[in-house]
Amino acid sequence: MDFSELFRNFPELTTTGLTQGAIYALVALGYTLVYGVLRLINFAHSEVFMVGTFAAMWTWNALGFNQNLSPSGVLISAGVLIAGLLAAVAVSSATAVAVELTAYRPLRKRNAPPLAFLISAIGASFVIMEIIGIATDRAPYGNMPELVSNKPLFTILGAEITPVQIVIVVGALVMLVGLDWFINNTRLGRGVRAVAQDPDSAALMGVNKGRVIGLVFLLGGVMAGVAAVFANLKYGFTKFNLGFLFGLKAFTAAVLGGIGNLRGAVLGGLLLGLVENYASALVGTQFRDLVAFVVLIAVLMFRPTGILGESLGRARA
Amino acid sequence: MRQQLARVLGGVAVLALVAGGAAACKSDDATPGAGSKVCDLKLGFFGALTGDAAGLGIHMRNGVKLALEQYNKDNADCKVALEEYDSQGDPAKAPALATKAAGDTKVIGLVGPAFSGETEASLDTFKGANLPIITPSATRPSLSDKDWGVFHRGVGNDLAQGPAAGRYIKDVLKAEKVYVVDDQSAYGTGLATEVVKVLGTVAGQDKVQVKQVDFAATVAKIKASGATVLFFGGYYTEAGLLLKQAKAAGWNGVMVAGDGVNDANFIKVAGDAAAEGTVLTCPCAPATSAKGSFVADYKALINAEPGTYADVSYDVAKIFLEGIKAGKTTRADMLAFIDGYNGTGSATGVTYKFEKNGELDPTQVLVWAFEVKGGAVVPKVEIPKG
Repeated sequence: MDFSELFRNFPELTTTGLTQGAIYALVALGYTLVYGVLRLINFAHSEVFMVGTFAAMWTWNALGFNQNLSPSGVLISAGVLIAGLLAAVAVSSATAVAVELTAYRPLRKRNAPPLAFLISAIGASFVIMEIIGIATDRAPYGNMPELVSNKPLFTILGAEITPVQIVIVVGALVMLVGLDWFINNTRLGRGVRAVAQDPDSAALMGVNKGRVIGLVFLLGGVMAGVAAVFANLKYGFTKFNLGFLFGLKAFTAAVLGGIGNLRGAVLGGLLLGLVENYASALVGTQFRDLVAFVVLIAVLMFRPTGILGESLGRARA
Repeated sequence: MRQQLARVLGGVAVLALVAGGAAACKSDDATPGAGSKVCDLKLGFFGALTGDAAGLGIHMRNGVKLALEQYNKDNADCKVALEEYDSQGDPAKAPALATKAAGDTKVIGLVGPAFSGETEASLDTFKGANLPIITPSATRPSLSDKDWGVFHRGVGNDLAQGPAAGRYIKDVLKAEKVYVVDDQSAYGTGLATEVVKVLGTVAGQDKVQVKQVDFAATVAKIKASGATVLFFGGYYTEAGLLLKQAKAAGWNGVMVAGDGVNDANFIKVAGDAAAEGTVLTCPCAPATSAKGSFVADYKALINAEPGTYADVSYDVAKIFLEGIKAGKTTRADMLAFIDGYNGTGSATGVTYKFEKNGELDPTQVLVWAFEVKGGAVVPKVEIPKG
């Protein structure tokens, strides 16, 4: 136990942990949305995130931006960033919807048992991962431009805040608030809540169940695409199996916060990012995942449905 | 009734599988007819050809490929084929591939496995099949602890590389505060341990994971320790990411790392600016200044500069080929041939002579320091023996 290490680096660990957690949170939203409606863990969601990182990187490279280029002006950088963001969101959401159409919908039509969906999910995940793996030689890719500066902007209580961190944390919160509003205040969102609460009654009331399910996959894909661009900004790195670790952590975050609950997913993500960082400093990076999962189990012992509980359909969502 | 039939059929299928497996095992012991000329032999290469550390494996494979190409040109009537075992550098994938290599009686010898973890995981299988191997690059010292018989190492191990890296940090860089990180792999931990032994006290130590992407906590610790040198024991993907994140967080020191990072892909991950000035060691001489016509031949065949261990792989592949030329067409004969070998490699200039445990003759071990300059790894200096 190295408490001095923890306290000495506490501000920096907090800011970097929150940044990492914000990315987990965005991916976690995808798990939680699908679970809330279908009671299904969409294991292929990690790959939806991964293809987004490649889509953004390839877009940037195609526009002539690479990691060895010196940073250009704010306007150009913002333009390139948005181009990458649109590409990642488009590819990620298309992948998510494609997974739903090919891996889940046919099973649902035949009233397959839940276990079949689980295997189908894992299968879809492997297929996407292997396709990208073969297409990219399983090599690590680091060729990404520095579109948002990672030089410190100002210091709060000893923690250096960089523009990248601000963009990621603020961006993630904006996405959450937008999604929360969409689910709670629009007609389509009401449909999502209705199907989450009681699919059969919702269908009787004229809600198109198939369309709602397609919508939640689409929304999850959008969130994953944004997360992919944020991960690119933060790490400037991707590879074919990047999704595995992020997916696992994001799923953990979703369970920690209460799977099926949007705000829970974000809370869980941020918390997991912080816990991981504090644990790394306190007992060494090799124990990072161990501590994170001990915390998860401890939370589930006292709150079996996660910190905020499961509730996409209920009022709290 | 139908269910019963299915069960019977299933049972038959299982029996057939078992019988087939047994037959396959039996054929392991069978040796190709000695004396007569055997012309469809294969030389194996075992290492990462895809994956996070493929950059290292591909150069080695290419070295072996070049040796075979030249041999087959001179011996067109009796060619030797290359059999590739792509482990992706993953110790978990190694045992299955090792079994495959051991079971193929045409494979008379193996260049590799390239990394220490996968070597550790497959030596038992190679020993069981009496398949002689020469690794051009697995440097964990403990690989030769047990008397495997089949194991040979064509380079020095980390008992040479680690202390040399330590001496370089102490004597050349004159660093007072050194932070040591390793990736918990068989190779990375071993190397880091040797470096720490030479340095005595270090500013701090941390362990990361292979495939980890976020190193924020480790970076915070490195910065807070005030270290001017960071030693990393591991492979280039994690090294590149760690360095990139450390430099982005405002750390200004120098990274020193071993042969697992000594590859152009390291710079691709870290970026030119972050990688600049990084010192990389290798228990080998620079492949780009290898002797004879190796560099020119390699470029002609592969269309790229030879990378780390390409020259060593070329030379050790030639040891096997010399054996085949001399009529050693069984694994046992080949093993005896290698154990008694004493000859100079045409590319490295190293005299290959193996000790009883398979280690290269210690007088032949040399360690070089390389430096990243302008987006390329360039040789700097041979580190003097301690």
